[in-house]
Amino acid sequence: MSFHPNDVARRARWSSLALSIGFVLLTSAFFRTQVLQNEQFQLQSEENRLRPIPLPAPRGIIFDRNGEVIAENLPGYSVSITSANVDSLRTALVALTPTLQLTDDQINKAIRRYRRAPTRPTVILPDASIDVISVLEEHRLDYPRLIIQSVPKRYYPDGPTVASFVGYTSEISESELNLPQFAGYKPGQQIGKGGLEKSYEPKLHGREGVRFDEVDARGRPVRGGGPRPDLLPIGAPPMYTNIDMGLQRFMAGIFSDSLQGGAIAIDPKTGQVLAIYSAPAFDPNRFTGGIPADYYKELLTDERRPLVNKVIQGRYEPGSTFKLATAILGLKAGVVKIDERMPVSCGGGYQYGRRYFKCWEKRGHGSLSLRGAVKHSCDVYFYQLGLRVGLKNMIAGGIDMTFRERSGIDLPEENQSIWPYAIDYYNKRFGRNWSNAEVLNLSIGQGSNSQTVVNMAKFYTALATDGYAARPLLVRAPPERKQIYQLDAVQDAAMRESLEAVTSAGGTAGGSAIEGIKLAGKTGTSQNSAGADKDHGWFVGFAPSRDPQVVVAVFLEFGLHGSRAARIASKIISHYLKVAPVEIQLDEG
Amino acid sequence: MQRRIVADYQLLTAAAILSIFGIAMVYSAGQTDTPTIVRKLYRTQILWTFIGLGFAYAVSRSSVRFIEWMTVPLYAFSLFLLSLTLVIGTGAGTAASTKSWLAIGGVRLGQPSEIAKVTVVLMLAKLLSGKREPAKSLLDLWKPAIIVAIPWAIIMLQPDLGSGIVFIGIFFAMLFWSGVSWPLLLLIASPAISLILSFSVFMWGAWFFVLLALVLWYRPYLIEGIVLMVLNVATGVVAPMMWEKLAPYQQNRLKTFLDPSADMRGSGYHVIQSKVAIGSGGLLGKGYTEGTQKRLAFLPEQHTDFIFAVVGEELGFIGVTIALALFLWLFIRITKISERANDSFSSLVAFGLMGSWFVHVLVNVGMTLNLMPITGIPLPFFSYGGSFMMASWLAIGVLMRISGEGRGQAATLRR
Repeated sequence: MSFHPNDVARRARWSSLALSIGFVLLTSAFFRTQVLQNEQFQLQSEENRLRPIPLPAPRGIIFDRNGEVIAENLPGYSVSITSANVDSLRTALVALTPTLQLTDDQINKAIRRYRRAPTRPTVILPDASIDVISVLEEHRLDYPRLIIQSVPKRYYPDGPTVASFVGYTSEISESELNLPQFAGYKPGQQIGKGGLEKSYEPKLHGREGVRFDEVDARGRPVRGGGPRPDLLPIGAPPMYTNIDMGLQRFMAGIFSDSLQGGAIAIDPKTGQVLAIYSAPAFDPNRFTGGIPADYYKELLTDERRPLVNKVIQGRYEPGSTFKLATAILGLKAGVVKIDERMPVSCGGGYQYGRRYFKCWEKRGHGSLSLRGAVKHSCDVYFYQLGLRVGLKNMIAGGIDMTFRERSGIDLPEENQSIWPYAIDYYNKRFGRNWSNAEVLNLSIGQGSNSQTVVNMAKFYTALATDGYAARPLLVRAPPERKQIYQLDAVQDAAMRESLEAVTSAGGTAGGSAIEGIKLAGKTGTSQNSAGADKDHGWFVGFAPSRDPQVVVAVFLEFGLHGSRAARIASKIISHYLKVAPVEIQLDEG
Repeated sequence: MQRRIVADYQLLTAAAILSIFGIAMVYSAGQTDTPTIVRKLYRTQILWTFIGLGFAYAVSRSSVRFIEWMTVPLYAFSLFLLSLTLVIGTGAGTAASTKSWLAIGGVRLGQPSEIAKVTVVLMLAKLLSGKREPAKSLLDLWKPAIIVAIPWAIIMLQPDLGSGIVFIGIFFAMLFWSGVSWPLLLLIASPAISLILSFSVFMWGAWFFVLLALVLWYRPYLIEGIVLMVLNVATGVVAPMMWEKLAPYQQNRLKTFLDPSADMRGSGYHVIQSKVAIGSGGLLGKGYTEGTQKRLAFLPEQHTDFIFAVVGEELGFIGVTIALALFLWLFIRITKISERANDSFSSLVAFGLMGSWFVHVLVNVGMTLNLMPITGIPLPFFSYGGSFMMASWLAIGVLMRISGEGRGQAATLRR
């Protein structure tokens, strides 16, 4: 090598320079990472270190109009686990199976939850029993990644009594997670699945809180963090309903186990729903956090169909309860007067073309005015009135009086009532093989006319208030009323009087009179294709007749005719108005 | 005439501070929330350091001539040990499938490659110092090339890419110090540059023209020029095929170097966590032993390959700068020693040892920031490991001796 001092000194200078440049470059790389990009890496390091543990918020408590609790939250326990990947989750679940008695279904569900939100603790048991929790607590050290949390659990103190409107809560499903209205929701969260819980989900769902636990690289918690005060769960505010739990319980008591059907009580001036009950009922408490398979199967196979809400979902021919609508259409159109008699008096039936249309009263009613026809529910009178109104006007008038709509009750399950949209409906349905006789069917509440109980009750809120139908509302809100028909004062008074006559001696619901109170209402029979002995019975009415406080609709499946329904309605009304019903024997309607 | 050797206090101080700093970081690396075996390793590291100090003292008491005389047997012995690893070698840590460790009966004795790093420096120094003129052509370089190639080949068979890089670094550093000109060094390096650039046809093509110009200007022998060009074509074209031959973990490491985010939980995970640790340390760090990335085990190999990330996380940019400045001080001091060495052998040994350490620091520290590929190369005086610590202190002992015999010292010390 060339070892002359000058050469060596030159190389030493070059190498010192190279070393210095190398170190300056390294130092500046550290400066960029540590000083300039510090914030970004600090965040990443915090994300590594801190695992957010969601703290479920209690749902809003639901109260009745008097402050009685309809839905509340009890302390429950959920078991969840954090995992780095699907394989480690699966291994952990298999290891936990003997302790937790996990089914394959539960394991698969947990894995699906994990795939949806891997950074959240995966819920294994949304509602674990205290026995399971105490076993797990014993083995706490074996499963460091398990998170046992106290979570609010929904409870309905009155159980089946409120099943028809309160709904239930359960874990959000995968298909629901994809819906826009559940945009901020996470797997494992509890949501309202039916009834009020569903309609008012955004109001009842509180804001989830979060706590940060420090975890190591394997996801094992090292030390629990306290919740940050700004991230505590916020429970939803209480929700006040119009329900009168006293009346609700009374209604449920009347139906008990023996009767099937439904009833609803509405304040006609505001639309406030005081009570609503469908029989038979189920226990919503057993639905909380997941319906047990055997209970669900039992409900599904019960031929009385407890899962079908008879008030808002069942659709039935309104029968004679509809005759008031025919009368109003006739009066509005000016084709009939209050005291006008029809050309053909009732001899038990009416000949139209080649067909003979029977009146329910085989002996006949003789010649009646409109008042009398309502009181006695004479079919022959209404056949002729229907013909005078005409099919086209009948259909249009029915649509105007909201027989083709939902009542708008604030429950998500309500079905739309069935009513022809136009004459074209018959063309589509029957081709050309239908006759004008359809108007005869429509005029007595039969034919292509199926109404929900709540929609009929809504119609009677209009009868009770001279034409103003009120939207039935379970939750306190400003009344929504809409005038669906207009009659003059004389006509209104006459309609009211004839409805009063129904429940007085000689009327079709003469047995439903109430001591000291005038009850106005109408019975009805809904024909059942299964046979005349399976016909359903209706009663819709209001009281007191001159200053209506309450509209009640009662529907009894296989109740044959309306008189029995009328007696139930009168009991409900007298309970609400705090007077005693009078039992009277009565005839059919 | 009896010459009294005085200690090179700058060298000793820099090395001592680095060692104490390093042991402190090994101790901190063991402070994790879930205790592991690493917790007590700092004690072993102290033991190795003291043994290394003993070696250093013994070597500094001997003479450079004795070391020069011992060079050939030492080199042969280290090659023997290296060959043994191929037969009875075992792996460790992230490279468990490799054979870089010498073990007897399951007890790992050490990594012969650490010894070979020193003996190769000695051997090269002996050879290069024996020539009057520095190499002027490639043909002049076949002997030094062989000296490095034999241990390099064995190490690449283990395989240990990191140590392989160090040997190449030693080779170039010592050729430079022996006076080989820049263009020739560039020509020697050209096949490797071709290899790196072969991944882009355009880049390689451009490089090929630069090389052509260099060859025409430098005018090596015709045969050399042809061989060089053929080699460049071979590495540039054959490289993609060689890529296929790489072991999957090697491929992964290289791929991870190119794009660490591609494989979060694979080998890229290490680099990302290391960068997060360093970046989150900020200016002042999270405090000694308080690094969360380390405490919660997000940082892998925190006491060996990634120990510098602990420095970055806990002591911040200030701590990093101090550590790097200590290394710079040490290296410039060694360069000074090389410059003032009494003879060309000593001078080359000193510079070779410095070159070896420089490559270690550059690759290891660069790796923690994802500026270099992950090669499992330790950081001198910091990374936990007996062989390297003892070899490093042995080297310090050699340097002490060279410094003591050096021209600058001799003038004042001779009595």
